[in-house]
Amino acid sequence: MNYFILAYRNLKKKGIRSYLTLLGICIGILAVVSLITLGSGLKMAVGSQFGVSSTELITVQAGGTNYGPPGSGAVNPLTTHDLDEIKKLSSVKTAVGRVIKSGKLEFNKKVVFGYATNIPDGEDRKFIYDELEAKAVAGRLLKDGDTGKVFLGYNFYVDKVGLGKPVIPGNKVIINGKSFEVIGILEKKGSFILDNIVFMNEDDMQNLLNYGDELSIIAVLPADKNNIEKTKEDVEKLLRRLRDVKEGSEDFTVSTPEASLEQVNSILNAIQIFVIIIASISIFVGAIGIINTMSTSVLERKKEIGIMKAIGAENSQVFMQFFVESGVLGLIGGGIGVILGISLGYFGILGINSFIGSDMQPKINFFLIFFALLGSFIIGAVAGILPAMRAAKQNPVEALRG
Amino acid sequence: MKKKKDPEKIIIHLHDVAKYYHMGDSIVRAVDGISINVKKGDFVAVMGPSGSGKSTAMNLIGSLDMPTKGHIFLDNEDISSLDESELAQVRGQHIGFIFQQFNLIPTLTVKENVILPMTLQGLSERERSEKADKILERLNLYERRDHYPNQISGGEQQRVAIARALANDPEVILADEPTGNLDTKTGLRVMDFLTDLNKEGRTVVFVTHSPELAKKYAHTIYWLKDGKIQKVTKERKRK
Repeated sequence: MNYFILAYRNLKKKGIRSYLTLLGICIGILAVVSLITLGSGLKMAVGSQFGVSSTELITVQAGGTNYGPPGSGAVNPLTTHDLDEIKKLSSVKTAVGRVIKSGKLEFNKKVVFGYATNIPDGEDRKFIYDELEAKAVAGRLLKDGDTGKVFLGYNFYVDKVGLGKPVIPGNKVIINGKSFEVIGILEKKGSFILDNIVFMNEDDMQNLLNYGDELSIIAVLPADKNNIEKTKEDVEKLLRRLRDVKEGSEDFTVSTPEASLEQVNSILNAIQIFVIIIASISIFVGAIGIINTMSTSVLERKKEIGIMKAIGAENSQVFMQFFVESGVLGLIGGGIGVILGISLGYFGILGINSFIGSDMQPKINFFLIFFALLGSFIIGAVAGILPAMRAAKQNPVEALRG
Repeated sequence: MKKKKDPEKIIIHLHDVAKYYHMGDSIVRAVDGISINVKKGDFVAVMGPSGSGKSTAMNLIGSLDMPTKGHIFLDNEDISSLDESELAQVRGQHIGFIFQQFNLIPTLTVKENVILPMTLQGLSERERSEKADKILERLNLYERRDHYPNQISGGEQQRVAIARALANDPEVILADEPTGNLDTKTGLRVMDFLTDLNKEGRTVVFVTHSPELAKKYAHTIYWLKDGKIQKVTKERKRK
C-alpha cells in the first residue's frame, strides 16, 4: 500500500463531476499527441507531392504560386521561346518544358476527368525519366516514335481513380474522344499528381489538345549544383526582360526545391503553433480544474486528514498523499488523451494515405506516449501543490472535528 | 509481548497545563491549569460532563494539540517543545488513538486501515501484512479483513480502530469516549479489550462521562469540571 494505491482508492469513488474537470488536460494531450503523430507523416506526404524527387531542380511557373496543377490558370503562360532562352543561360545546364492539361478519359463505360502530361523526345525524355526515377510496374514506358500510346499513373492500375476496374497494359482508353493504347503503368510514386496522371508523347498530346507553344512548367537543371541561387536569379532576370515586367511585380515564379519545401513547412508550422496554443490553453484550463477539484477534496476529507495525523502522519506524508493523487488525476486525463490522440493520429494517417495515395506507415511512438503521460502526471501534481499544502497544514484537532 | 511493569515510572506528566481558545472577544478556558501524573501501566479514566475539558485534555496528552501554557512530558520528554514533524513521530510510535466516531478511513479495507500507521512508519510490506493479520486475529476480525468500514457493524468498527491503535505497538492507548457510539453490550466488549491491553502492560487513558464505566474499569479517575481537576480517586481492582 503506497501513495499510488491510496490515490487510486480515493479517485475511484470520485463523482463524474471530478472527471469532467479532466477534459481540459485530456483535450490538450490529445491535440499534442495527434499533432506529433500526424505532423511528421504530413510533412513527408506533402513533400512527396512535389513529385519530382530531385532536390536540384528549379521550377518555373507562370502566375503566382497556386495549389492547382502547375501553370493552370496563368493569364500569360510560359512558352517554348522562354524555354529556349533559359537554355541559353550559362548558369543553366539544361531545361525542359512540361505541359499539364486537363481532359476527359473514358474506360469501362465510365468517364473521369483528370490530367495528362507530355513526354518530349530524345534527351529531354531521358532527363524527365531520370528526374522522376520512372520505372514501369507493368508494361513499359513510352519511347521515341510511339504514337497512339500512353502510360498511366499507378492509381489507374489499382482502380483508385473511379473507373470501376483496373486499367492494365493492352487496354484501350479514350481520351478527349480519341482512342489510345495503354502501354504501361508507372510504379507508385506516392504523389497525388503523378499517381493519377496520363503520360503521352509530345506529338500525340499536341495533336490532341493543340496547345501551341504554351508550357505549364519549366524544369531547370543548374550548371552548378552548389549555386542554385545564382541560376535562379539569372532565370528571373531573363524572364523579367522577356516578359517585360518589373522586379516585384513578376507574373511568374521561380522556385528552388528548398524554397518549396520551406513554404510547405511554414504552413505546417503555422498549423502546429495553432494546435499547440489550443493545447496549452486546454492544459491550463485543465490544471485550474484540477486545483479546483483537489481544493474541494481537501475540504471534503478534512476528517481523514485529521485521522492520518492522529495515527502518526507527518505533514510531508499528508502533502504527498494529495500531491500524488492530483498527479494521478492528471495522469488519467492524459492517459485518455494519449489513447484518443494516438487513435486520431493513426486513423488520420490512414485517411491521408487513402486520400492522396501516399504510403505512410502509422507508427506508435513510445517515447511520445511516455513523455505525454509523464507530462500529464507532472501537470496534475503541480496543480495539486497548493491544495496539498493546505491539507498538510491542517490543525489535527480541528481536522478531526470534520 | 508482556511489558515489564515498573509502578514507580511516570509515563505521562502534565505540569500546570492550560489550553485557552479565543471565541470572538471572549477567551474559553477549556483546560485551566491541570497537573496529572500517569504511572506506566495505569488504567486511567478522565471523567466529567460535556464541556468540562476532558477531550481537550486528551488531545493535549496525545500531542494532537499544543498547550497555551504549561509542559507535557511523555516518557520524560517535554513534547511541548517539539516541532510538528516530531510530534507526528510521537503519535505514530508511542500513542494509539481510539475515537468515539471510530474514525476509520472509508476508502480502505479493514486490513488496510490497520496497516496504514505501519506504512507511515515505513515498515516493509511483508512485515506490515503479517503484523496486521496477527492483530486482526487477536481482535476476532480476521474474517472481516477485506471488508470496508461501512460493511461492518459499529462494534466491529471500534475493534478495527483498536487494532489500528495497536499497529505500532504503542506504550500508551488513548481512547476518547470509546463506547459513546455503541450499545451497552458492545461497549463493554470494547472495554474488555482495553482491559486486556492494560493487563499486558500498556498504559490506557480513556475519556468518559459515565461514572459507572469509569469506576468499573479504571484504576485512577480524574474528575474534571470547568477545565480544572476536582478530585482524583483510586479504585481497588483485582490484579
